[in-house]
Amino acid sequence: MSALLVAVLLVPALGAAVIALFPRGRDHAARVTGTIFAAVTLIPIAVLPFARDDGWTTYSATPTALRPWTEFDVSWVPALRLDFHLGVDGVSYPLVALTGLLTVLCCAYTIGKVPSGGQGRTLVALLLVLEAGILGTFLALDLILFFLFFEVVLLPMYAVIIGWGGDDRRRAARKFVLYTLFGSVLLLLGVITVAVNAGTGDLAQLTGGTGLSRSTQLAAFALFAVAFAVKAPLWPLHTWLPDAHTQAPTVGSVILAGVLLKMGTYGLIRIGVGVAPLGAEWAAPLLGILAVAAILAGSLICLRQTELKRLIAYSSVGHMGFVLLGIATLTATGLQAALLGNVAHGLITGLLFFLAGAIKDRAHTGELADLGGLRESAPRLAGLLGFAAIASLGLPGLAGFWGEAFAVVAAVERGGGLWLTLAVLAAIGGALTAAYFLRLLRKVTHGPTGSASVPAGIGGAEWFAWSPLAALTLAVGLAPTLVLAATSAPVRALTEALR
Amino acid sequence: MSAQTVDHVSLLPLYAAAGTAVLVLLADLLVARRGAVFGTLATGGLATVAAAIITGSRAGTFCAPTGDACSWVPSPLAATAAVVFAALTVGVLALSIPALRLGTAPAGEYCFLLAASMTGGVAVGYAGDLITLIVGLETLTLPLYLLVGLRRFAPGEKPMTSAASASVTFFLISVISTAIALLGAALNYAATGALHFDRLINGSGPTAPVAEAGVALLVVGLAFKVAAVPLHAWAPPTYEGSPLPIAAYLSTASKLGGVLALAAIVVRLDAATLTAFLALLTMTVGNLVALRQTRMVRLLAWSSIAQAGYILAPLSLGADGVQAAAVYAVFFVILEFIAFGVIAALRPAGATGGDILYYRGAARRSPWLGAALVLSLAGLAGLPPGLAGLFAKITIVDALIEGGETWLAVVVVLNAVVALAYYVRVAALLYATPTVPGIPVVDPTLLEAATHPRFPVTRPLAAALITAAAAAVVLGFAPQLLFNALS
Repeated sequence: MSALLVAVLLVPALGAAVIALFPRGRDHAARVTGTIFAAVTLIPIAVLPFARDDGWTTYSATPTALRPWTEFDVSWVPALRLDFHLGVDGVSYPLVALTGLLTVLCCAYTIGKVPSGGQGRTLVALLLVLEAGILGTFLALDLILFFLFFEVVLLPMYAVIIGWGGDDRRRAARKFVLYTLFGSVLLLLGVITVAVNAGTGDLAQLTGGTGLSRSTQLAAFALFAVAFAVKAPLWPLHTWLPDAHTQAPTVGSVILAGVLLKMGTYGLIRIGVGVAPLGAEWAAPLLGILAVAAILAGSLICLRQTELKRLIAYSSVGHMGFVLLGIATLTATGLQAALLGNVAHGLITGLLFFLAGAIKDRAHTGELADLGGLRESAPRLAGLLGFAAIASLGLPGLAGFWGEAFAVVAAVERGGGLWLTLAVLAAIGGALTAAYFLRLLRKVTHGPTGSASVPAGIGGAEWFAWSPLAALTLAVGLAPTLVLAATSAPVRALTEALR
Repeated sequence: MSAQTVDHVSLLPLYAAAGTAVLVLLADLLVARRGAVFGTLATGGLATVAAAIITGSRAGTFCAPTGDACSWVPSPLAATAAVVFAALTVGVLALSIPALRLGTAPAGEYCFLLAASMTGGVAVGYAGDLITLIVGLETLTLPLYLLVGLRRFAPGEKPMTSAASASVTFFLISVISTAIALLGAALNYAATGALHFDRLINGSGPTAPVAEAGVALLVVGLAFKVAAVPLHAWAPPTYEGSPLPIAAYLSTASKLGGVLALAAIVVRLDAATLTAFLALLTMTVGNLVALRQTRMVRLLAWSSIAQAGYILAPLSLGADGVQAAAVYAVFFVILEFIAFGVIAALRPAGATGGDILYYRGAARRSPWLGAALVLSLAGLAGLPPGLAGLFAKITIVDALIEGGETWLAVVVVLNAVVALAYYVRVAALLYATPTVPGIPVVDPTLLEAATHPRFPVTRPLAAALITAAAAAVVLGFAPQLLFNALS
């Protein structure tokens, strides 16, 4: 079964290579081929859960151990303590599946519509490289390997923004790449600090903070926290995000919001909390305060936004704030809320960016003032936007609810004056989220028809890309156990280490 | 005193390199055809590679009667360095062939000087005492004074003095730096009586200050060769003024020679503070100034100054950092060579690097060359797609943190962020759409093709680029090969 893990990474990488060798004239064929490769990647991903033997039920023996369902471990560069160690468990699997799904949808979307700027086949090839890098990050069970994959996505995303982005793409892309490189070099320092002090980079051995002194854990967690806070992003390190999201092409925004940001929150759980639990405990109050500040700042900024994509981008800051609040509580409830919030945000914001891109392409403007009356001119589009916006504001029964509600619950559970205050403020932030999404709907779907005309038709590629996201938003909302089924053991392992 | 037995096997690389130089001269004299000269140098270079691999690491020769200190030490590092020197020489020959066919320089002399320089490089790697080291370093550098200025002009062509002035700058700085290094060696010898590396010790007793001054002068003299700040000012004008292939050789082989020499010193003698200080200044100033460059070769010159800073950083750890520095240096020379190779391929034969704006859209016209340049620039920035640069960065940071110099590791990684700013600027420019002319044009594509012609890539150049790119990719996936070769 461990060959599956390698296949998950190799298929997209191979796909990118094949597309790169396609002749220049066969652009459409290349895009179709790329989509096929992205779809084939889903096969090993879909088979992975069957690799889960019942060994995981024996967690009680060593509660803090990381027990992947299946793993692949070969020595790569002994001189740098680097093993090619891949594995998947309940924490990473939902994100792996989300990445595979969103990439297929984005590739398929690109068959129908290539954003202006460059060739479609190059864009699809870059999406596949991104997929390989992101999947590698989620699958890596070696610190240095994790860092390696973390860096792989940097330049392809830069290329997507600068090649196919909006008018101000240069500045946005440069800001994105320098900001995120800053984050990832701090990650490098943290990773090497841990690897040097523990003598190994193997996450299976390091989880629970074994072999690291308290001071090392504090230093490592500080580095990890800043590194992942840039990626997630956490207020006040979020300023690259609105520009990058606004300027990126639709598929770029979807990947960026849907899964790229999750590398930060996933890293914080798996590496930050996993490897340096003492550091996490030490920094938790500060992390919680910043997370709540992100929720409030994100919502308040959103209330003032006049541009559709920018508004959705800032809403990500708020949503990721909830995820980070869940992590900061360091309770089982909080971590599970964070994992669920991650997936929900990926589905909903992915859908929102698809819809925002579609509206901008049709109306040739994203200004809320110019849009309006979408319900009249394009009822289906308006309906989908309404659905996504309501899901995003956290209506019970849709995916967005669970993560945010239980992040607040976890903060209350944690108890004490600070956490109660944080819970109250986060709840207020949740209400503000509802306020700005309703404002968005009032401006865009309701109200008088704006100056920009929006054709009503929805193409086949668009339906194909959107319907799975909408269906999954509903499914995860009704049955959050879809995501949480396998998380209890690994989350327990993480929280046990804090006792 | 009986005559020493000389282990000729361990001298094979030197025989091969020196023999190449002689044979090139003879080929030029007797056959008098360019092809024969090129063939001789290429074959000789490859023979040197083979000789270095065959010799491998073994006991030294030319030893002191007691047998402990040797002047010629075939260590793993020496063998790797000899392979790199010889391969770079062949590569630079491949870059030079288009210009030499045009007759911008006399082929025989050019190739002889290149081979002579290679011989010096090989000697630097294997040197086991200060005299051999400095003689090797001079043999490496001396031919380069000529090569930098060796430029013939066609009858109608306007002669330029830039090459000559670059040559004079380089010559003066080099002579001064050698004098400083020799003075340092002499002071250290006066205080400790040691010339062989194995006998070098830190000064003690009343002569300690003399020995310390000697070490400091030695490091400063050698720092000139690697163009470390504040001893770097010669590098950008020299690179800019010299022919492109020679600039490539200066920034790779010549720099590698300086690194090897410095490594030999810092392993045995305490120069940690000075080296760390030089490293800090070199990378920071190199990267900050590179941000403002508008000429391609100057940008690469400043970037290679910054890269020298990254190499110096682990050398400040002494013996513990030598392997990391050597690994970084090997990755760096491969990536740097690719960058210069692509620039040579994108420019007409015999031309200089030109303005950065010249390369606008170059990757759209020549996708493979563009991809190679992106591989190289991303690698120099320490990022994928090529894993070579990424592993190089990890190696340095790993060595520094393991050696307890975390602050220097922080400086290195922050510099990596600054450096990315100019590397992505160039890389993005390669894929930018052509500028719209200010006047209405019937066919912009035709105008673009006319103003930016594609030059055919000659076969030797293509072969050199493919080999270098393949080496970068293979070593990127299997860096352990390099670690094994060096230990």
